[in-house]
Amino acid sequence: MTMSLRRMGVNQEGCIKAVTASGEMGRRIRDMGLVPGTRIMLVGRAPLADPVALRMRGFTLSLRNSEADYITVEAL
Amino acid sequence: MASPIRVAVSGQPNCGKSTMFNAITGGSARVGNYPGITVDRLEGSYHAGGTDIRLVDLPGTYSLTSYSMEELVARNVILDEHPDVVINMIDATALERSLYLAVQFMEIGAPMVLGLNMMDEVRRNGVTLDVAKLGKLLGVPVVPCVARVGQGREALMAAVVETYKQTGGVWKPIRLSYGPELDPVIARMTEVIEEAGFLTDRRDPRWVAIKYLESDEQVMTEGRAAAATVADRLEAICREAEAHTRQHSAATPDAVIADWRYGFIQGVLRQGIVTGGDELRRTFSDSLDRIVTHKILGPVIMLSVLWLMFQVTFSLGAYPQGWVEAGFAWLAELGTATIPEGNLQSLVVSGIIGGVGAVMGFTPLICIMFAMLVFLEDLGYMARVAYMMDRVLRIFGLHGMSVMPLIMSGGIPGGCAVPGVMSARTLRSPKERLATILTAPFMVCGAKTTAYLMLVAAFFPENPTQAMFFVVLSAWGFVLIVSRLLRWTVVKGESTPFVMEIPPYRLPTFRGVVDHTLERVWQYVKKAGTVILAVSILMWAVMTYPKLPEDTVAGFEAQRQEVTAKVAADNPAASEAELAELTKEAAKGVDDDQNEAALLHSVGGRISQFVRPVTDLAGFPWQANVALLGAFAAKEVFVSTMATAYSMGEVDPEDPESLSQRLAADPAWSLPAILSVFAFMLLYTPCMVTVVAIAKETNWKWATFSVFGSMTFAFVVAVAIYQIAGLFA
Repeated sequence: MTMSLRRMGVNQEGCIKAVTASGEMGRRIRDMGLVPGTRIMLVGRAPLADPVALRMRGFTLSLRNSEADYITVEAL
Repeated sequence: MASPIRVAVSGQPNCGKSTMFNAITGGSARVGNYPGITVDRLEGSYHAGGTDIRLVDLPGTYSLTSYSMEELVARNVILDEHPDVVINMIDATALERSLYLAVQFMEIGAPMVLGLNMMDEVRRNGVTLDVAKLGKLLGVPVVPCVARVGQGREALMAAVVETYKQTGGVWKPIRLSYGPELDPVIARMTEVIEEAGFLTDRRDPRWVAIKYLESDEQVMTEGRAAAATVADRLEAICREAEAHTRQHSAATPDAVIADWRYGFIQGVLRQGIVTGGDELRRTFSDSLDRIVTHKILGPVIMLSVLWLMFQVTFSLGAYPQGWVEAGFAWLAELGTATIPEGNLQSLVVSGIIGGVGAVMGFTPLICIMFAMLVFLEDLGYMARVAYMMDRVLRIFGLHGMSVMPLIMSGGIPGGCAVPGVMSARTLRSPKERLATILTAPFMVCGAKTTAYLMLVAAFFPENPTQAMFFVVLSAWGFVLIVSRLLRWTVVKGESTPFVMEIPPYRLPTFRGVVDHTLERVWQYVKKAGTVILAVSILMWAVMTYPKLPEDTVAGFEAQRQEVTAKVAADNPAASEAELAELTKEAAKGVDDDQNEAALLHSVGGRISQFVRPVTDLAGFPWQANVALLGAFAAKEVFVSTMATAYSMGEVDPEDPESLSQRLAADPAWSLPAILSVFAFMLLYTPCMVTVVAIAKETNWKWATFSVFGSMTFAFVVAVAIYQIAGLFA
């Protein structure tokens, strides 16, 4: 099932399908290794449900929901 | 002796690069700034076996695009200074992501040595890395390290020397494939570039082509300046390529390039480099974060930590602060004793020692505060704070990381804007950082606290706690509102993406904390010796000159004679010592009157009289005018100047009760005037030390903006309060 990264639940695993952000935001997202094919797991949400924390490629990354909107995930 | 080998140390943030740099260079590291910006430039040296190695520490970056200052600096040091060897430190627990930066250095072509750091953590995670094979596949020497304990340092430097000998300083960029869509385009562009000799004097042609496809601003600007026609051609090819990639893979060329870079890295690692482990496994840190960033526990823990930091800083810091102050008091006494009375004595004692002393008194506080801040930062906790606070602060155009500078500056009363402004360095987003720096001085710092305590005791003696609480709340309110306004106007722009690594918790090394702290404190002390010294002298002069005319002084002198004679007549039985004591007591009134008259007569006093038509709009009593003027030097001066203005003579700023009584008795202090002064005090120009800190952390343009912007804003608010409150009074 494909969905936006924002919709993922805590502890859910997924695989990145597409990153549609461009410009600086796109560059920063990709620099951290969020490119299609990457396996991720959502490990937590901040107290106000935003930003989110992801586990991927051996480290933990956080990003805002507004940035997660640009990332499409295939949930596993 | 042969010329030294020049080495640049690179790596991503949190990879242990600085730790390794310090381990290599020992005590030889020197901090400087890259010209024009506030990114620190660390340099040091290393000697072994008759070879002299000079190292420069590059700022930690994830990539080498031209989006941030740090990235530009890292890249330009490599391109412009052409080091002989680049050491790239790798966080071996996040190998793929770390190699992303290394690959970009290899694309530039610099001879490289990889330092595979955190090997102890890798082992603990149950992972084995085939280091030798990784080196063979990448074609660069790879040295396993544990920077925390200095392990791998010698091997790393030996590899540097070996690489230098083998390459002889010749650069050989690697040729990655960026896929069937872009490879032909890059080949075509490379041809164009080579033919035209476009930027080829300093850059590798293929690298320039790749940067054009990544629409790299810096390279494109450079290209346009060098040869506009070639630049046009290249840009046209790029547009064509973009249309193509958009159509075929729904992505821009820079996205395709990033994909292929990661693809290359994965391809290498899949050849049996990594065995064991699970990259999605929750680590100990992730489990801990279930509590530390928990919905309810998270904020509770955060507030406790901040409160504790505060307590420690100001209760522990009070002792050394007292010693420093005592030291300066002793110096002042020495000055009074050795220099003959007169202008020189006044300049040295009141101007120089008093001014610089007030500033140096903060050094212990800054020391302690920074030590704890560096500790929390190195531990990884600050990243969690940013993570938790981001949602709230974003509303006001700030960033999660803004919390710390705001608290430090006096978000809990008693802080200090100087370390506050300095701690804003942890913010990686330039716009949010600027807004934080410009608004943080509104907070109720320790010096303002003394002034408010005095004013509150004078005007709200029934409920001082509520009054103070209200002041602090207003400070937060103003900070958030003004940040929002700034981010809509002068620091306009999209919020910087939050994409941020949450590093695992790592116990900082003692050495690292001490080094970082001393570095910062030293910079602060250096400033105190230069700019602040000059402003102290200026403020002293403004409040001292011109002196009272001689006949006025003679008048006071005559009064004093009179008092002396009267005391002598009243106490015929007293001994000489007792008499002197009594005379001093009796003449105090005269001294105070003379001080008040002198202050009114000085430039400072005249300015405050001169601006009265304006400040009357806000209802300031003239004494507040001159005190607010003096408080630019340091906000504590507000209390002492008020004392002089109310002819109280010497008043200890820590115990200003009697001054409060005088104030309460003065009818000029109506409720609207009180509120107006309260607001003005909160918002007007930061003290000179803070202004210098702002200039250092940004530039003089923003420091000037802070001075006049705050002044104007404070005045507008004060007038509004005075006029509106006046309607109800």
